[in-house]
Order: sequence, then structure tokens, then C-alpha cells
Amino acid sequence: MDFSTILTYMYTEIALVGVIIAALLYDLIAGARGRKYFHGVICTLMLLFIAGTVWPYQQENASIFGGMFVYAPIYSIVKSVLAIGTLLVFLLSDSWLRKPDTEFKRGEFYVLTLSTLLGMDFMVSAGHFMMFFIGLELASVPMSCLVAFDKYKHNSAEAGAKYILSALFASGLMLYGISFFYGTTGTLYFEDMVPMINGSALQILAMVFFFTGLGFKISLVPFHLWTADTYEGAPTPVTSYLSVVSKAAAAFALMVVLIKVFAPMVEYWQTLLYIVIVLSITVANLFAIRQKNLKRFLAFSSISQAGYIMLAVISGTPYGMTSLVYYVLVYMVANLAAFGVITAVEQNSGKVNMEDYNGLYKTNPKLAIVMMLAIFSLAGIPPFAGFFSKFFIFAAAFEQGFHVLVFIALLNTIISLYYYMLVVKAMFITPNDSPIATFRSDNSTRLSLLLCLAGILILGLASSVFDGINLYAFGM
Amino acid sequence: MNILSLFPAVPLLMMLGLWISRNTKQIHAVMVAGSSVLLGLAVALVFIFLGMRADGQTAEMLLTDSFMWYRPLNIEYAVGVDGISVAMILLSAIIVFTGTFASWKMKDGVKEFFMWFCLLSVGVFGFFISVDLFTMFMFYEVALIPMYLLIGVWGTGRKEYSAMKLTLMLMGGSALILIGILGIYFGSGATTMNLNEIAALHNIPVEMQRIWFPIVFIGFGVLGALFPFHTWSPDGHASAPTAVSMLHAGVLMKLGGYGCFRIAMYLLPEAAQELSWIFIILTTISVVYGAFSACVQTDLKYINAYSSVSHCGLVLFAILMMNTTAATGAVLQMLSHGLMTALFFALIGMIYGRTHTRDIRELNGLMKIMPFLSVCYVIAGLANLGLPGLSGFVAEMTIFNGAFMVNDTFHRVVTIIACTSIVITAVYILRLVGKILYGTCTNPEHLKLTDATWDERLAVIVLIVAIAGLGLSPLWMSDMISESVLPIISHILN
Repeated sequence: MDFSTILTYMYTEIALVGVIIAALLYDLIAGARGRKYFHGVICTLMLLFIAGTVWPYQQENASIFGGMFVYAPIYSIVKSVLAIGTLLVFLLSDSWLRKPDTEFKRGEFYVLTLSTLLGMDFMVSAGHFMMFFIGLELASVPMSCLVAFDKYKHNSAEAGAKYILSALFASGLMLYGISFFYGTTGTLYFEDMVPMINGSALQILAMVFFFTGLGFKISLVPFHLWTADTYEGAPTPVTSYLSVVSKAAAAFALMVVLIKVFAPMVEYWQTLLYIVIVLSITVANLFAIRQKNLKRFLAFSSISQAGYIMLAVISGTPYGMTSLVYYVLVYMVANLAAFGVITAVEQNSGKVNMEDYNGLYKTNPKLAIVMMLAIFSLAGIPPFAGFFSKFFIFAAAFEQGFHVLVFIALLNTIISLYYYMLVVKAMFITPNDSPIATFRSDNSTRLSLLLCLAGILILGLASSVFDGINLYAFGM
Repeated sequence: MNILSLFPAVPLLMMLGLWISRNTKQIHAVMVAGSSVLLGLAVALVFIFLGMRADGQTAEMLLTDSFMWYRPLNIEYAVGVDGISVAMILLSAIIVFTGTFASWKMKDGVKEFFMWFCLLSVGVFGFFISVDLFTMFMFYEVALIPMYLLIGVWGTGRKEYSAMKLTLMLMGGSALILIGILGIYFGSGATTMNLNEIAALHNIPVEMQRIWFPIVFIGFGVLGALFPFHTWSPDGHASAPTAVSMLHAGVLMKLGGYGCFRIAMYLLPEAAQELSWIFIILTTISVVYGAFSACVQTDLKYINAYSSVSHCGLVLFAILMMNTTAATGAVLQMLSHGLMTALFFALIGMIYGRTHTRDIRELNGLMKIMPFLSVCYVIAGLANLGLPGLSGFVAEMTIFNGAFMVNDTFHRVVTIIACTSIVITAVYILRLVGKILYGTCTNPEHLKLTDATWDERLAVIVLIVAIAGLGLSPLWMSDMISESVLPIISHILN
């Protein structure tokens, strides 16, 4: 195996490492003047990176390094979705990074974020449990630094500590599970493991432990307890990254492992997922109703959205995988739009509570409209993209006979509609004597909101995106 | 481009036009131009449709057109109309047109109001032209969500409560519809979501139908004000601004009846026959309960909202009778109720705009003060209680005729019970008219009030002309409807 083979199949990761090194070097070399352009430089680099890797170059599956690293076109698509999410987060983080207490560590933010992205890419492409674990850790450890990025703020530091402790605990459990697998099968390669999986008691235990590790990353109930505190404490752009990119990568990796490795134990993990889905959607929805802080509110909303994502996983079909990737993409633009508005408002007025948003439409109509459309998309209201992605997810699970589960999920959409509507009500209906003052957000935030808005409006009505993803999902 | 696709496209263009317009004058211009185009198109559609039928085109759906949208799930954008949809499109166009004039004097947030209003009509028109289950459902939800803001922002009274209640209940109904649609699609093994094709395949197992039929019927029944899922309707209508009440009670509630007929009963015929008795009992309760409730209300809008529950219950009651006469009557009732309830809400809005009260205990002798509005109110009332020569008579006569044709004790008994609603309607309408219009005006403030202005007169007259037209020469309409109802009914029965 020469370098050209590696380049053929690992081009995304190699290019990403290139971007990381460029960011590190720029941070090192550029003086105070050069740093002013850091944001532009990094966004351009990311744009080039996405443009270069957005569509899969190779149309067939392959594995290199003796099966350690697996390439499949659908993985490539997932990686581009994650990269697009990262770019959007970068765009909306500029107003926060420009503050004096974060300005000097801009470079760290970019490098750490890109490292987690690299970790996720490896996690998605792993063909060996060690590789998978390394990817997961690479995605978790820098993340805790990001969560604690505003280290002089009490909340942020606390959130970072909470995150790293829970993450390590989850990783430990996961490793424990993996060791059981090694004990029962004698290998950690996905390919070699499949024939040895027989659903013995030890393997079921192992699968549950493994699932716990990923359940933590996806923040499914009952592994969600860190979510609200961490989301609230972390700087808002980091929260948005955590709620979208990190969650999407873990959900996809979980589906891949469940389908590829645990296929013989399908009825066990479907039962497990069934319970987890019902819990995640219902519990998170009930908690979300009472939230006053918008970041906490979106934390619970994202837990219930994760439950919906799992509906695609439980179907275990290629069509389910298409719906998952599509759902993640749509959820990403909607959630990032919501977080973009929250970031803009927070940076300009320091307010994050729902009451503060009362009467936002009177003073900042454009932001209010973006927020409303994002909320509509999250709630699954047509003609916005969220409606289509929800429909496809439901169809995927329904097709496999999970009628009652889909019914429970549908009932929960009504609950979620209630609390999503509370935000709309605050912005449009409730009067307020001292609403958030009118302000102009910076161009970078505007650009990111505009891109998200375009995604919300176009992704659903233009069926070609879904068809394009669907073309490759069958390659699994 | 197919003429049908213009119906949702024109309101979309209107939204665009509203977005760029700068003052109230331009907004009005866009709305009048757009809604006139819609009305013109609807009238043209009726003539085109009748012409095609006269040419001997007997296909169930005419003017069909489709293109593949989401291939993995065989979702198409498919349109087509039969007599029922043509009638509904005409109704919607009339209401959108008159609704524009009824909200002529709106002050705050005119632009946003009309934009949401247009989005609502996109949903309504889209629903009536669709023949693909997915597209239909999508438009159905498009029509629901603007209601929240329309009531929440521009409503009166307990608007936030009503808006949330209405949205949640209707969305709950649509959740049931969604799962029903999935059940129908995956159960039928069809290769498209086209409802005619699913009906033609006709191979959903009966035990599956028994599950999906109640679910879909209740799902649409929520919007059709089926007892006990009607509770959103009085609050919602009472709080909504005039034009929204008109469109909602006039058209949107018909989506419920239309969906029950075209999706629940047409696609799940065996279960529909087996289980219809449950829903016949519920609709009979709707009809009688709605009428009785209207008797004891003191708010003009609440009276009309409960009367709507009663009349929309009659629509569902009629389609469950499963014969051509009753089903034709159901569609005529949808038309007739749509027109007269829109007229009612328009008039109530106009009276409320002047007196600032809708409480009938505070209103007296309006006939002398605003004769035009009062006379129109009497006409609307008479249409509501089924006076011959107006549309209500034609519809209810056909329904009860058809219902009585079903030859067994159960159906006869419920028909007789439902018939009593006519008498009860007469009680509350006549009492109401006597109370607020006649007698002497006791409130000196009211003596200064003026009669209708030109925009109000235009809205009201268009509606009255339509009501009287339908009442005086109902045959062309009922012929068009009954030949479209026939294949559906015969499909259900066989």
C-alpha cells in the first residue's frame, strides 16, 4: 500500500489535517495584524476544504490499513455534512471570538474544533474498535476544552468539568464493553467480529456498555444528565457545535456499528433502542416545557430530536440511513439558525432567557423571523425542511413495523409543538415594555444565518438532496 | 403549466408582492388583484371542468398532472380535480376574495396579516387540488400553522389560549392523519402515494383497515368539528380576526369533511362500512349538541361557532350515510355552510367593529341604525335555518332525503334526531335576530353609528349573491357534484 492508495480513500482526513496545520501555523506566524484576518482565512480554508471533499470521489467501498479504516461513499457524505456544520459554527462564532477575553485565543478555538471534527471523521470511518475509540476520544477531549473556553466565567468552567467527567465515565464503560467483545470474539476488527456475534449474555452486556458510551455523546435519556448544564454553561457557539455536529457524528457512527457489527443481535438492540427512544422523546419534551433559559430549552429540544434521529437507526435499513443523514442535515441548519440568533442576541445584549425575547419582532424583525422559521423547521411544519425529514424518519421506522413507536413519537411532536410555539409566542405576541434594543449583527453572523435559512427553505422542497444521499446509502 | 398549479402559485406570488409593497395602498392593490385573479381562475375552472365533462371525458379526475418528487418513497406532486374539488376551490376563491374586503380597515401589521392569510390560502388550495397523499398532507399542515399567529397576534379576547388550543388540537389531528397515511401507503403495497391508484388496487387487509379507519377519520374529524374533538372551534373562531374566522369556518373546516370522505372512506371502504355506526352516533351528537349549545350562548361569535359545529357535523353525518344523494348533500352543505358562515362572521366583524361588543345582551335595535348590515344578517340567518330559495335549504333537504333512504331502524332514528337540529337552529336564529336587530336601541352610543362602507358592502353582496345563486339554481352544481360522488360511493359499497 503506497501513499496514493491512502490518498484515494483518506482524502478527507488528510485535507482536514492540512487545514489544522495551516491554522496552527497561521496562529504562530501571523502577528497582531494578521490575526485580524484569522476569521476570514479559516473560513476560506474550510470553504475550500468542503468544496474539495463535498461529493465522494470513489464510488465503491474499500478498506485500508488492513481493515482499520473503511471508506464508503455515504461516509464521505456524512463527513461533508459535519464539515458544513463546522463552517456554519465558525461563521456564527466570530462575534463571540472578537471579545477581548477570547480574541487572543482564537487560534486555539479553531484548532480544537477542527481536531474534534477530525476525531469524528475517524470515528465514522473506523473499521476496528480501537480506531473507533481513538476517534471518539479525539472528539471528546478537545470538546471539553471548548466547553470551558470562557474559563473566567464560572458557568463555563463548571460545564467543562461536568462534560469531561461524564465523558470519561462513558468512555470507560464503553471500553469495558469493548473488552467483553474482545473476550468473546478474539478480535476487534468489525469484519472478523460479525460471524462470532451470537447474542450470548456477555455480548448483550457488552453491547449495552458500548451503547452507553455513544448514548452519552448523542445525549439520549438516560445518559442525558450532563446535557442541560453543559449547554447552558458553554459559550453559545460551542453549544451549537455540541448539539449538532458532535451529536450527528455519534448518531451516524452508532448506526454504522449497529448495522455492520451487531446485525446478528438485531432484536436485542432494537428492543434497547425502542425503550431509549420512547424515554428520550418523552422525558426531554416534558422537561423542555418548563425551561426559561433558551439554551437549556434547546438542550432538551436537542435530546428529543436525538430520539427522533434514533427512529432512523432502529429501522436498520438503507432507507433509514438516508433518512438519518438527511434528518441530521436538516436538523443542523435549523438548530444552527436558532443558535445563531441566540448568539447574536447574547453578544449584543447579554440576554438568553425566554422572557427577554418578548417583543423581539418589534425591534429586530429579521432575527425574529429567522428564529421562527428555525423553530418551525424543528417542530416539523411544512413547507420547511424539518417537515420532510420528520416524515421520512417516521416512514423509515413505520416501514419496519414500529407502528406504536411511530405513534408515540407523533404524539410527542404535539408536545414539542407546544413548547416551540412558546418561543414564537414570546417573539411575536407577548408585549414587552423593554424589549431587546434594535441592533445590527455583524456580516459573518448574517452570512451564517442566511445560509441556514436557505437550507431550511430549500432542503425540503428540492428533492435532489435526499435523492443524492439515497444513491449512496445502498452501498452500505 | 397545469391550470390547477396556479391556485397555490398565485397566493405565493401575492406573498412575494406583499413582501415588497411599502404602504397600505400597495398591499390592498396586491390583495385585490391576487384574489380577483383567484376568483376568475376558479370560475374559469368550473367552466373548463364542465366543458370537459360535456365533451365526454369520464375519467374520475380531470386536468391531472404529476411529476416524481421524492423517488425513494414514490412521492409525487400530483394534481387533479373532480366535481367535489372544483366546488371547494370555487368556495375557497370566493371566501378569499370577500375576506380581503372584510379586513380592509385593518390597521396594525397589515402586511404580515395578509402574508399569513395568503399562506393559509396556499394550503387550502393546495389541499383541494392534490391527489397524492403526501402532497395533500403537506398542504393540510401548511393551512394549519398560520392560524396560530393570525389568531395570536390579531385576535381578540383570550387569543393566546385559543390560538394554542386550536393549533395543538389540529396538529394532534394531523398526527393521526400522518400515521394513517403511512398505514394506508405501506398497507396497500402501492407504487405511488396517488390516492386513486391506492383505491384502484384496493388490497389493504381488512384487519389493518379497522385500525387505520378510525385513526384517519378522527384525524380529519378534528378539523371537521367532530364531537368530542370540536372544542377548539368555538374558542378559535371567537378569538380570530374577521377574515380568518371566515376562511377558517368557511373553508378550513371543509378540509376535514373532504379528507374524511376522500381519504378515510374512499381508501378504507370495508372498515368504513363496518365502523360507520360509531361515527354516525358521534356526528348526530355534534349536530344536536352544537345547535343546543348555540341556543345558550350570548356572544355572537360563539353562537355562530356552535352553529358551525352543528352544520359541519351534518356534513360528516351525511357522508357516513354512504349513498349518492346524502353525499351530494354533504358537499352542497360544505358549500352552503362555507358561504353563509363566512357571511355571518363578516357581518359580526362589521358589527363588532362599530359597537365594540359582541354580547347580545348589550345589542338592541340595530335595524334602524345600520339597516344594510341588519338586513344582510337576517338573510344569513334565514339561509342558516334552511329557508327555501337560499342555499341552506337545498343542502339540508338533500342530506335528510339521502339519509332517510337508508333502510334500517338505526339510520332512520338518527336521521330523525338530526332533523331536530333544523328546529333548534330556527329557535336560536330567530331569537337572536329579534333580540339584536329589532326593538329599540337602548344604548345612546350606538345611535351614532354608521352603516356599511363600500368595501363591506362588496364583501357581503358577493356572498349573498352566491348563497342565493346556489339556492335558486342548485341543479348544475348538484349534478356536477353527484357525478363525482358516484364513483366514490360505489367504490365504498363494493
